[in-house]
Amino acid sequence: MNAWKEFSKGLIKENPITVCLLGMCPALAISTSTYNALGMGVSVIFVLLCSNILVSLLKKWIPKNVRIPCFVVIIATFVTIVDLVVHAFQPALHKSLGIFIPLIVVNCIILGRAEAFASKKSVWHSIMDALGMGLGFTIVLAIVGTFREFLGNGTVTIFQMGETMVKFNSLDDSFAKTIIAILPPGGFISLGIFAAIVNKLQKKKA
Amino acid sequence: MADLFKVTSSPHVHAKATTPRIMWEVFFALVPAAAVAVYAFGLESVRVILITTAACVALEALYQKLAGGKVTAMDGSAALTGLLLALNLPPTAPWWLCLAGAIIAVIIAKALFGGLGQNIFNPALTARVFLLISFPAQMTRWMIPSQAGDMAKSFLGFNTNFIDHGGEVIKEAAKITVGQVDIVTAASPLGLLKEQGAAALGQLEWWHLAVGHLTNGSLGEISAAALLAGGVYLIARRIISWHIPVSFLGTMAVFATITHAVDPARYAGFEFHLAAGGAMLGAFFMATDYVTSPMYPLGKIVFGCGCGALTMIIRLWGGYPEGVSFAILLMNALTPLIDRYATEKKFGFKKEPKEET
Repeated sequence: MNAWKEFSKGLIKENPITVCLLGMCPALAISTSTYNALGMGVSVIFVLLCSNILVSLLKKWIPKNVRIPCFVVIIATFVTIVDLVVHAFQPALHKSLGIFIPLIVVNCIILGRAEAFASKKSVWHSIMDALGMGLGFTIVLAIVGTFREFLGNGTVTIFQMGETMVKFNSLDDSFAKTIIAILPPGGFISLGIFAAIVNKLQKKKA
Repeated sequence: MADLFKVTSSPHVHAKATTPRIMWEVFFALVPAAAVAVYAFGLESVRVILITTAACVALEALYQKLAGGKVTAMDGSAALTGLLLALNLPPTAPWWLCLAGAIIAVIIAKALFGGLGQNIFNPALTARVFLLISFPAQMTRWMIPSQAGDMAKSFLGFNTNFIDHGGEVIKEAAKITVGQVDIVTAASPLGLLKEQGAAALGQLEWWHLAVGHLTNGSLGEISAAALLAGGVYLIARRIISWHIPVSFLGTMAVFATITHAVDPARYAGFEFHLAAGGAMLGAFFMATDYVTSPMYPLGKIVFGCGCGALTMIIRLWGGYPEGVSFAILLMNALTPLIDRYATEKKFGFKKEPKEET
């Protein structure tokens, strides 16, 4: 089924981070903990899905010359929605994501998919593409985030509701934290090594 | 026909310089410094050196095997990286710290860039900087060295007579427990200098640092004399050229002399700066790494001066007490640029008229 292929390609074959290398800025900055990564991933899926639908619906009426500003307006609307919702229901997430929620507006994944895909294909295919890309983004972010948080902090934080945090602590307190894993250089290196491993495994399959 | 002449192309006289020979000779030149470290810190240094060197060689062999290429781990470059890294670590380095350093040095800083000859940054220094940032507490636990006769005692446990022997020289010692052993740590001379200025050094004479008497620091920082001996040996054997060490240390001396003349209470003299910290180790063994330093003499001098200047800027006005590793890494990044401009004049080559680009 063609729609299924649109969905699954975003997961591995055309994964936005490891293959297309889009959206690296939030990927590097946010993957310092699993909680942040999942929160950002869900926000991106929501924005990507809604903006893809709307762009696909409006594709006949958006003039070619001003299509990018139109896409940005559409995306910004949904990002504002996400921003306000997260601020209301998950204030801790809002605080740790900080400036990166508004920066979803210029996330290359969303703008890229709107330009390259949603403005040309049907609504149903755009939905599948958005879900696939968003899920691929989230999965990579979650894996790298868990790895970095575990090395750098000894914990794995999954969810936070109010004051309680569902998190797993490392085995004991004498575990030495590799601080560099949480810092930007660690992010670059972790992401680079992850992308290299994924691509090498993919080449072997093909 | 009688004898047929052997026809080959030049060169016809061969110096027999191969990679393994050069690497093992540099390794050998570091043995005096390692010996002083063992004398000063006892079996702790042996442990650190062994773990780091073995891990480096093993990891390089493992990576090369997994990547499917030729396994050249015994050619001495991994062992040299391991020894250099070990000399950068404090004697109290835990085994996992040495292992992490080996992984970073051999895999991230060397193998991932393409192996020997393809790396941009000095692998041992990259590992040291990574470890310093990741584990600042473990990397700055400077143990006070034992006296000669205490080496046997230091295997079983460290006695606290160290304070009496060196009490007047080392200030602010702290007793900590590592594992089941009590050791005494104190700030390294450069650390003292950064925090309190030259006046706090008190009776710590520069020749203490040069010879290795009663100073602490990482394994390679103990004796400037041993490192100098190794460095001079390498220059005499024409493995390294004099340009980088002389310009490195010379620039440092210039900075130190000027600032010392301006404010002797706050800034130490050039003899202190040359003998303390990783200056000798860096100038002779790290900065002169073939792969990461410029090729031609003018480039080498520029490189050495840059390293020296950056080292002193960081030491005098920067946030860290020791700047050698950062300075050399920064200049490593500039090496391709230096190589581009500071090249040798080719024989008989006339400069082309400038063309419009």
